Formats: sequence, C-alpha cells, structure tokens
Amino acid sequence: MSHVLLDAASLGRALTRMAHQIAERNGDEDGVIVVGVQAGGIHLARRLALILREIWQRDVPHGTLDVSMHRDDLDARGTLVMRSTHLPGDITGRAIVLVDDVLYSGRTARAALDALNDFGRPRRIQLAVLVDRGGRELPIAADFLGVKASPRANQRIDVRLTEHSQRDEVLVEDAMS
Amino acid sequence: MPWNRRHLLDLQSLTAEEISAVLDTAAHFKTVGERSIKKVPALRGKTVVNLFVEPSTRTRISFELAALRLSADVIQFSADASSLKKGESLKDTVRNLEALNADFIILRHSASGAPHFLARFAQAHIINAGDGAHEHPTQGLLDVFTIRQEKGRVAGLNVTILGDILYSRVARSNIWALRKLGARVTLCGPPTLVPRVFEKLGCRVTWDLESAIRDADVINLLRIQHERQRKTMFPSISEYAGLFGLNHSRRHLVKPDALIMHPGPINRGVEIDNSFADGSQSVILDQVANGLAVRMAVLFLINGGRQEEIAA
Repeated sequence: MSHVLLDAASLGRALTRMAHQIAERNGDEDGVIVVGVQAGGIHLARRLALILREIWQRDVPHGTLDVSMHRDDLDARGTLVMRSTHLPGDITGRAIVLVDDVLYSGRTARAALDALNDFGRPRRIQLAVLVDRGGRELPIAADFLGVKASPRANQRIDVRLTEHSQRDEVLVEDAMS
Repeated sequence: MPWNRRHLLDLQSLTAEEISAVLDTAAHFKTVGERSIKKVPALRGKTVVNLFVEPSTRTRISFELAALRLSADVIQFSADASSLKKGESLKDTVRNLEALNADFIILRHSASGAPHFLARFAQAHIINAGDGAHEHPTQGLLDVFTIRQEKGRVAGLNVTILGDILYSRVARSNIWALRKLGARVTLCGPPTLVPRVFEKLGCRVTWDLESAIRDADVINLLRIQHERQRKTMFPSISEYAGLFGLNHSRRHLVKPDALIMHPGPINRGVEIDNSFADGSQSVILDQVANGLAVRMAVLFLINGGRQEEIAA
C-alpha cells in the first residue's frame, strides 16, 4: 500500500519555494554553496542550485557530501556503501545549505555537520529537506522545508526523482515486513 | 553492499564483488588522505592491536596509520619483547588481548593459517597481515587497487609476477585477486621457485624471462627472500640477477606503458635496478600510498561485517 505525498507539480513548487526562502535568508554576498547529502540529497541540491541561479543570475556552486565515515550509528547499521564527497572549493567563510531528501532521526544531519567541520569553518550552515517525517532523536530542525508528513513508524518515505525514476513524486509506503 | 564479513583472512575465499567493494571503498578513503584533516571518526572508541609475531616494518606502520586515521586506539605488540618469547601460546596471548577489549587483531605470523585459527575462537575482528607463505591479503588488494587506478581496469590485462613465487604470500594473494578480477597471470622465475603446480591456479608458468615480460601490462617483482630460502634454490644472487633481474639491458623487452610494481623492500641490483625502480613506469611508491587507503577500507568494512566465517 502506498499513497502520494507530493506529485511532480507540487514537488516542483516546493523546491521553487525553498529556493526563494534560501535567497531571502542569504544574501548574494554570502557565497552560498548548496551541498547534497549522499545519496538522497544530491539531485535535490543540484536542482536548488539551478533555481538559485535563476534568482541570483549567477552560477551557484553545489557539491556532494558522504557522511558514512562520520555516523554515530555505524555499529548498528552494518556495512555502508560509501559514495563520493566533492565540495566545490574552500568552504571556510561561506554559507552552506545542506540538502537531504528526508529528515527523520536527525543523525544524518549531525554526521554531515561533523563531516563539513573537517573541510573548513563555514560562516553558517542551514538545512533544507524535502520531507520532514518527525521522529527526531537530536535537537535538529530544518531551516527550509518542502512538506511535513506524519507516517507510521513502519512506513517509509520514498522520494523518486526523474534522475532515477520515471517521474518526480514522493510516496508514503508500507514497509515490507 | 556485497560485504558482510567479520574478518579478512585471505583472498581465496572472497568473491570478485567483495574485492571490488574493498577497492571502491578504498578509493573514497584515499581522498581523506588528501584533505587537510586526514582523520575521520569511523572507528572512534575501538581498539586495534597490531600483533606482529614475525617482524615487519612497512605493513605494521601502514596498519597503524590506517587505524589512527579512523580514530581508533592502537596497541603495538611485537614478538621480540613479548610473552610469546616466554612460552605463552598464541591462543592465550589473544585471549589476554581480548580481556582488554581489543576489537581488532591484526596478525602477522610465520605459520600459514594462524589467522584462520584465531578466527575460530576470537570475538575480535581478525585481519591477516601475512601468514607464512600462504597469503598477505591487504598486499594483494593494494596491488589490484594500484593496477585499477593506473590502468582503469584489471580484467583482460597481462600481469606478470616475477621472482620467488614458491615462498611468497604476496604472490598467492595477488594470484587470487587478479584471477578473480579477470586478469591473465604469468609467473616467472627459476624453476625451483616457480613450480608448474601453480598452473592449477589458472596461471601461465614460464622460466623464460623474455616471454614473460614481452606482452606484460604489469610486471610485479617479488623480493628474493634470503631468510626463507635454503641455498639450494639457485646458485647465487648474481646469477639470479643476471637471469631474472629487471635491468636496463631488458628495457627493449618491456612495453613502454607497462607498470613496474614491487611490494618492497626492494633489493636494488638483484630483482630490479635503479633505472626501473626509479623510472617513470614505477608505481612502487603509489603502492605504499594506496596500501594505507586499502587498509582503512578493510578496517571500516569488517567493522560493519556481521557474518561469521565458517571455520575450516
């Protein structure tokens, strides 16, 4: 069983709205870098950077960040697939917008903060997520949010993007037991 | 993720997918070494014991640095200053280390199968850092990592391993990794050190240097291990150097883009001369650098592994 949380049109509107909020909270002079958390955040980060380019009329750098070396729950998760980290230049003094698809426990965001810390000292870090499904285990909140959801614990949020799937959509699915 | 092992005992039992998982993970750890902060917290709070019952410098240092860069605590335990000298068994030594909550034991031992023996009872993760003439799995992994990095692939390449095959754990681990990843492997050296029985591992065996290196995309030179050999294996070091040494007089036989590899320590003037050891085709120092990334990957992966090895 599954139902649609966001269809393609509402997902597009959510990203556009988030990009405008990012532009309101960060000046052109802040040197915003949009960083997608592997693996769910990387395409959303690139899309947000493209919308910000329209708003600011200049290129907005974007990168990717793998947090598996910085997780605090490695022992519980077993072996993780590692993916690439690529930051476009020095992050010190820049405004970083971290992007992920789903915010749940907050542990990925915490690991991402630690990982970024190894690369430099940004002026500030903000968090943008497409879906906040609640269930936080740490004092972490999104600065920019697409949609809130309240699925049951045994349901999962499936973010499908045209980079990998037929269409853009976000589904709430009953997990296979 | 095609990796679920708790130990790294040998390459013979790994699948091609598992070997590739280590290489892919190592590629990411290599970028960590290029950052200004070269340390990640993945093994924070874990204890790694370097249990080197047989002497080693470069492998021990490489494992130590790999563990430190993953934020683990590292204890050095060498045979010459240890209870093993006083007659304690390996099993008792390991039980004592586990009583101190060691999470990883990296074992170098002169007896083939020693790490497999430990894996049968130890709670800690066991990594084989070289057991007798059996295997040296992280060396095999770093060699294929280096080949893949330089050539872009391993499958279909002609790889020649030259020298003391019979006594070499490096050769055996290389053979397993290379064959599983689809390379063609040629072994060459004096007949006493390169017996035909290695053909059963899917290798070509030749005692003719020219035919061994003419088509080689990779030439991996092994050290003549004086300490393991009886004097009867070949008449003299200088005769070996004349017949099988890679020196400038053989430059015309070697493909201009062939990689020259050596696990170290090199005996200049015996298996290799300066023109090859220091030449543009040499990746000997890249092997050292890659070894660190590969060992970080191995520690990281087996930390997440759940599957118990089936004790042989």
